[in-house]
Amino acid sequence: MKVLYFAWVRERIGKAEETLEPPAAVRTVGDLIAWLASRGEEYAHAFERPQVIRAAIDQTHVRADTAIAGAREIALFPPMTGG
Amino acid sequence: MTVPVTIRLQRDDFDLATENARLTGADTTIGAVVSFVGRCRGDEDGHAISALTLEHYPGMAEAEIARHVEEALARWPLKGVTVIHRYGRIAPGDNIVLVLTASSHRQAAFAAAEFLMDYLKTRAPFWKSDERQGGDRTWIDAREADDDAAARWDSAAH
Repeated sequence: MKVLYFAWVRERIGKAEETLEPPAAVRTVGDLIAWLASRGEEYAHAFERPQVIRAAIDQTHVRADTAIAGAREIALFPPMTGG
Repeated sequence: MTVPVTIRLQRDDFDLATENARLTGADTTIGAVVSFVGRCRGDEDGHAISALTLEHYPGMAEAEIARHVEEALARWPLKGVTVIHRYGRIAPGDNIVLVLTASSHRQAAFAAAEFLMDYLKTRAPFWKSDERQGGDRTWIDAREADDDAAARWDSAAH
């Protein structure tokens, strides 16, 4: 699946997107964030406060307990500040 | 009858009079147009800033705005909606966002414009960073007051 990062999540990780195949135990958005946080210092920094991270699957907002099975594109980002 | 809806994301500025004329056209059943223009302030959180930069999620930003416009059309008897949101670097005094809502009467137009702005603030995938004097760039924190403003529509009866 394609994983996209925005704003300070993108800056901390140092990339805007990547293609990942998480292990089968990673079932939900929350699991994905925890798994990513274990992948290195830059990821740990980006996801140090997982409760503030917002997510979208295939361009629709989802909650942390949403299953990621079948997702083509998952985006992880800080709370939005548009308008 | 299909209600005219315009949603645009763009780097360039917009012109209120042009967009108003485009929205209303020759429709003489429109008795009210409410416009909201969001502008870049010269200060953020007590600090003078030289510019804002808006990042967005292309594709989702348009889709998310369209979902909220659909909801506004379902809630109020609207005759037209325009939402234009800029991205990129924006200087103090320049426009950021335009919402126009047209209806036969003012109540629906006022309510729908406020509804759309409250959701744009909290649900549309845009992120602002500011440039402070000395060149530091800072991501702007989301405001709880904006979440509260959006949440009140969840339970509001219409």
